[in-house]
Amino acid sequence: MTNTDNGFSATRRLILQGAGAVALVGLGSSFGNLPFGLTRAFAAANDKYPEEAFKQKSEADAIKSLYGKTAEASDKVKMDAPEIAENGAVVPVSVTTTLADVTSISFLVAENPVALVASYKIPAGTMPNVANRIKMAKTSNVIVVVEAGGKLYSATKEVKVTVGGCGG
Amino acid sequence: MPIRRREFLTLAGAATLAGGLPRLARSADSVYDLERFGNARILHITDTHAQLKPVFFREPSVNLGVGSMQGNPPHLVGKAFLDRFGIRPDSADAYAFTCIEFEKAAQRFGKLGGFAHLKTLVDRLRSDVGAGRSLLLDGGDLWQGTGLANVMKGADMVDASNLLGIDAMTGHWEFTYGEKALRSNLERFKGEFLAQNVFLTEEAAFNDAKAFDPASGRVFKPSTIKEIGGRRVAVIGQAFPYVPIAHPKRFTPDWKFGIRDEELQKLVDGLRNTDKVDAVILLSHNGMDVDLKLASRVTGIDVILGGHTHDAVPQPIAVTNPGGVTLVTNAGSNGKFLAVLDLDIGKGKVANVRYRLLPVFSELLKPDPAMQGLIDKTRAPHAGDWVDKIASADRLLYRRGNFSGSMDQLICDALRSELDTEIALSPGFRWGTTALAGQPLTMEDVLAQTAVTYPETYVATMTGSQIKDVLEDVCDNLFNTDPYYQQGGDMVRLGGLAYACTPAESVGKRISELTLDNGSPLQAAKSYKVAGWASVNEQTGAPVWDVVAKHLKSGKPPNRSAPGVTLKGVEGNPGISKQV
Repeated sequence: MTNTDNGFSATRRLILQGAGAVALVGLGSSFGNLPFGLTRAFAAANDKYPEEAFKQKSEADAIKSLYGKTAEASDKVKMDAPEIAENGAVVPVSVTTTLADVTSISFLVAENPVALVASYKIPAGTMPNVANRIKMAKTSNVIVVVEAGGKLYSATKEVKVTVGGCGG
Repeated sequence: MPIRRREFLTLAGAATLAGGLPRLARSADSVYDLERFGNARILHITDTHAQLKPVFFREPSVNLGVGSMQGNPPHLVGKAFLDRFGIRPDSADAYAFTCIEFEKAAQRFGKLGGFAHLKTLVDRLRSDVGAGRSLLLDGGDLWQGTGLANVMKGADMVDASNLLGIDAMTGHWEFTYGEKALRSNLERFKGEFLAQNVFLTEEAAFNDAKAFDPASGRVFKPSTIKEIGGRRVAVIGQAFPYVPIAHPKRFTPDWKFGIRDEELQKLVDGLRNTDKVDAVILLSHNGMDVDLKLASRVTGIDVILGGHTHDAVPQPIAVTNPGGVTLVTNAGSNGKFLAVLDLDIGKGKVANVRYRLLPVFSELLKPDPAMQGLIDKTRAPHAGDWVDKIASADRLLYRRGNFSGSMDQLICDALRSELDTEIALSPGFRWGTTALAGQPLTMEDVLAQTAVTYPETYVATMTGSQIKDVLEDVCDNLFNTDPYYQQGGDMVRLGGLAYACTPAESVGKRISELTLDNGSPLQAAKSYKVAGWASVNEQTGAPVWDVVAKHLKSGKPPNRSAPGVTLKGVEGNPGISKQV
């Protein structure tokens, strides 16, 4: 007997269906405190709200829908995220980059029901430095995509969401 | 128990590291007469878990490493451990460092540790090198682990720490008394409490919560610079990185933790370049695997004095990184060991080191009268309630091991029997002393296994699939091939449920063949009644120590069935020994 025979793998999905991926607060150091509603308005002022991208299940589809191209991994994209989340509901993830001509920065969580979490437009002359707190249903890769000079660069880190362990 | 001084003297071979090469140091006069070396001596204790009195503590027979960690220290047990470190079988050191023939050796060599004995040894090793040439550092888990420490929220241990002469410490379980109790302890602590990796949450910072450095949000002083042997030595504190995850977050709502090796690198660079220190020591509660990885990434640290995972490793492990070499140590637990790091420090650089991890054989050391007096005085108001025998140990009762220990089997039996459940869960803590077969068990012994600030038991209904998810989750905290994703405890203990485990698998695939005591397989969709304690969620049941004591007093026949964990894919792994 194996446990998967008894239907074990199905339960994770049920848990996931109940969890929405919502960017709670944009704490971009270049922006100051920016409520979520304002971020959307800001994006809308520059571009149409990327409704399709926010519907995609996989990070690859979301990136394709948002940008129409693929990203390459770059060590110039510096992501700061915990190895193990202290609270899956508010995982602090921030990014800075030394890349020039940054026009947007997007955050994705591969295992969330909807992969794209937030996409920030970076106006010319703004320091490309965004911090936000994201909701994660379970352990997943977190992907940051930086659009710079018309090309896409990314960084990926696994963030573990755990039920809690036992200390030594 | 007869003191057989000759046995200690002729058989002790304390493995040391001299000039990067291990050798056996034998001293003619005594185990504790150390050759003078260098100009600065740093003494290190860690994870004493408030054991003021000497203890028995059996080292693990299962301490598996997976991936690149397989077969490397600290993941060696039994004979493989002796071979790796050149320790003579059947010696006092073999008894202190391994589980081999534990009960026989325990009769022969006696208990280890105890703060009065430790005090004698510390004072001797400090006076050997003279004033201004030594430091005593503690790696945390100093103020928790006994009934006394728990009832006094660590206050008893502050006095003992001061008398022992601890110059600096970092923390882990200390945080579980909550901010108020911790701060009150720190006010009386004469040493410095260091933690570079504890920061205010954004909300707490916004509300102007108390912090050592409001600009960075660092709650505690990150490092200190001490002049010893005419050189400037920086000591950085690294608290346990996962306090709000491994323990209820309600104890530390305003603080966030993490490994934070980028902040650490900036700190080291500042100490080297701006403060012009001659040596940098990281006093760490990361756990050994995390420290080994950190040493490969962060440059400029000479030695990481490590703890948390309770690994008694006789020699430092040298780790190469882009800036040079960092030595990584781990100094065991429960007061069993005192680490002696002798440094030959030149201008801006450590020229050479010698390291010894000395077992604190209580029968070889005269207890320090002042410390003994303090211990007796502190214990007096409480010990009376706890000294009565409530049962006898029906077999060797120990906790340490990746998957199970007879002490936790006893706790699981108590939970199932007293709370009337099919299944029991008990946390994989690594502290908790060992009781020899036939030894009387008192409330104090029960508390030494259970004294936490969240001892409430619970009875919950869980589906088979929820139980499996919990097991997979905890198992990944132990066997993730990337140490930064480990938390340093052992596997959750199970009563009433057997399983197979394949440590080398990935999360979700390690646990299989879950089987109830009656032989039927655990069903994913079916609900089961589960008892447990030490939940990170708030519970309201009776404290676990009362449940265990009640079970022991009931005189129910002991359940001696095997723990029921079948390991797969561990053939040839030297982290497991057949030695019982």
